[in-house]
Amino acid sequence: MIFYVARRVATAVLVVAGVIILTFVIARVVPGDPAATWAGPHASAAQVAAARKFLGLDRPPAVQLASYFGGILTGSWGLSIHTHRPVLSDIGAAAPASLELVTAALIIALVIAVPLGLISARWPGRAADHSIRAGSILGVSMPIFWLALILQLVFSQRLRLLPAAGEFSPSLLFTHPLTRITGFGLIDAPLTGNWAMFGSILGHLLLPALVVAAYPAGLIARLVRAQVLDTIGETHVQMVRALGFPERTVFGRFAMKLAWNPVAAALALVFGYSLVNTFLVEAIFDWPGLGEYATASIQTLDTPAILGVTLFIALIYVAANLIVDIVQAAIDPRIRLR
Amino acid sequence: MIEAPTPFPAEAGTLPRGPALRRGLRANPLLVAGAAGSVLILAVAVLAPLIAPFPADAGAATHPFAVLRPPSAQHWFGTDDVGRDIFSRVIYGARISPLVAVVVLFIACVIGLPLGLLAGYFGGWLDEAIMRVTDIFLAFPPLLLALAFAAVLPASLTTVVIAIAVTWWPWYTRLIRGQAASVAGRPYIEACRALGISRWRILHSHVLPNSITPLTVQVSLDIGGVILTASALSFLGLGAQDPTPDWGLMVAEGQNYFTTAWWVVTFPGLAILFTAFTFNLFGDGLRDLLDPKRTFLR
Repeated sequence: MIFYVARRVATAVLVVAGVIILTFVIARVVPGDPAATWAGPHASAAQVAAARKFLGLDRPPAVQLASYFGGILTGSWGLSIHTHRPVLSDIGAAAPASLELVTAALIIALVIAVPLGLISARWPGRAADHSIRAGSILGVSMPIFWLALILQLVFSQRLRLLPAAGEFSPSLLFTHPLTRITGFGLIDAPLTGNWAMFGSILGHLLLPALVVAAYPAGLIARLVRAQVLDTIGETHVQMVRALGFPERTVFGRFAMKLAWNPVAAALALVFGYSLVNTFLVEAIFDWPGLGEYATASIQTLDTPAILGVTLFIALIYVAANLIVDIVQAAIDPRIRLR
Repeated sequence: MIEAPTPFPAEAGTLPRGPALRRGLRANPLLVAGAAGSVLILAVAVLAPLIAPFPADAGAATHPFAVLRPPSAQHWFGTDDVGRDIFSRVIYGARISPLVAVVVLFIACVIGLPLGLLAGYFGGWLDEAIMRVTDIFLAFPPLLLALAFAAVLPASLTTVVIAIAVTWWPWYTRLIRGQAASVAGRPYIEACRALGISRWRILHSHVLPNSITPLTVQVSLDIGGVILTASALSFLGLGAQDPTPDWGLMVAEGQNYFTTAWWVVTFPGLAILFTAFTFNLFGDGLRDLLDPKRTFLR
C-alpha cells in the first residue's frame, strides 16, 4: 500500500510539473505584447520597455520558465494585469464561493440522481427506465449558461420566488453584516450565529447550484444504472434475493454498495468539470467566485489571471483524482496490484 | 498473403445485422429517436436557404423598424436587437455547430489515432513518452484547457476549433493505445510477424482495423460534448463574431435584453440543447448496440 501511494504521488507530482509547463507554453503563445497591455494603451516606448523588464519578459524563455516554476512553488503567481493585485490572493478570495457552489450542486445531483438511477436499473427497458435515461442524457446535453438565464427569468423575474443575483441580499449588510472567518459564507454565518445571513445565502445559492447540478446529475444517474445492472446478476446479490430480502433492499443496499466506488471516482472528476462550469454560471448570477473572476479576466485579456485560475483548477483536479485513487486502493486491494 | 481473421464471435464491436439489428433497435427507442433527430438537423443545415424565410438575416442585415419584435406569424421566433429574424438565424446556425464538431473530432482523430497506435503496438519508451504527455493534457477538465487556449488566441471560429481539438486528442490516444496493446498480443499478429510482414503494414492493415471500433463509438458519443464546449466558448465571446449566426453567440447577445425580450435567448439555446441531446442519444444508443458491456465515464 505504501508503495502504491508513493508511486501514485510521484506520478501526480510529474503531472503537476507538466501542467505548469503547459500553462507557461500557453502564455507564450499569446499574440501581442503582454508588456504593452500591462503598460496601458498610451504608454511610451520607454514605459513599455520598463514594463517588459519589470515583468521579466526580456530574459530568455528557459530562464523565464525557471522563474515561473519558482514563483508558483513559492506562491507568487504573478500580478493580474487587470486588478494589479497578486493573482493568488485574488484566487484565494474568490475560491470559497465557487467551492460552496460546486459542493451544493454535487449534493443536489447525488440526491436526485442516485434514486433515479436505482429506479432505472430496477425496471430496465420499461417506460420509467427510458424516460430516466432520456432525462439523464438531457442533463449532460444542457447548455448551462442558457439554463441559468432561463431559470433566472422564470424563478426571479416572473415568479419572484428566488433572488436573481448576488451572494446575499444587500440590505443585510447593514442589519446583519457577515464576519469573514474562513471565507465560506455558509460556514461563517452559523459560526457567528448570523442565521438571517445564512438563510439569505442559501436562497441565493439555490438557483446557480441547480444549474451546475444538471451535468453531474445526468452523469451519476447513468453511472448508477449501469453499475447496478452490472452487479445485479452476481452471486452474492442473487444470494441476498434467495434469502428473501425485499427487492428494495436488494437494490438500495446490496447492489448499490458496489456502485459507490465508481460513483466516488466520478464525483472527483465531475468536481473539476463543475468548477469550470461555474465560469458559465457565476457571471450570470453575480456569484462572487472563481468563475466570475475568470470571465472578467477573459473579457479584459488578463493572461496571468486566466492562467492562474486554469492552474489552480488543474491542481484541484489532480489532487481530487489522487485522493480518490488512494481511498479506492485502501478499500479495494485489487487496485493496488495493477 | 494472410487475411486478418474476423474477431472472436463474443467480441464486441460488430454491428448486428438482419433480425438481430431489428431486435436491437426495437429494444432501444432512444437510439431511433437520436438517429431521426440527427438526420433532421443535418437536413435543416443542408436545406437552410430553402427553409429560412429571411436568408439575408443570417448575415449582417439590419431592420431598424423591426427591432426586438416578439414571436408572431411572420417571425416565428421573434426578431433580435437589430431586427433580424431569429428563426432564420437559428436555421443557419445548424450549419455551424455540427460542422465545428466534425472538424474538431476529425483533427483530434488525426492526432490521437496514430499516437495511440504507436504507443500501444511498440510499447517501451515510446509508449511512456506519449502517455506521459497525454497525462498532462488529461489533468485539465476539457472545457478549462480549451478556454485557456481560446483566451490567448484571437476570437474566431477557427480558434474554437483549434482550442477544442488540442484538448480532445489525448482521450483518443489513450483509448486506441489500450486497444492496440491488446491486439498486438494476439496470435494472428504474432503470425504476421513470423511471416515477415513489415511492421508498418501490420500496423496499418491488421492492428488499426481491429482496434478502431471503440474510437468510432467514442467519436459519436463526443459530438454532443464538442457542440456544448464550442457553444460555451462562443457564449464567452471567444468564438464566432457578430454577423455569424452561431447559437452560443446569439444567446450571449440576447443576454442584455432577456428580461424584456425572452425570445432572443430562448430559441438559440433550445437549438443547442436539441442538437446536443439528439447527438448524445444517438451516440449512447450506438454504444449500447455495439458494446453493451462497456462502462463509460466522460
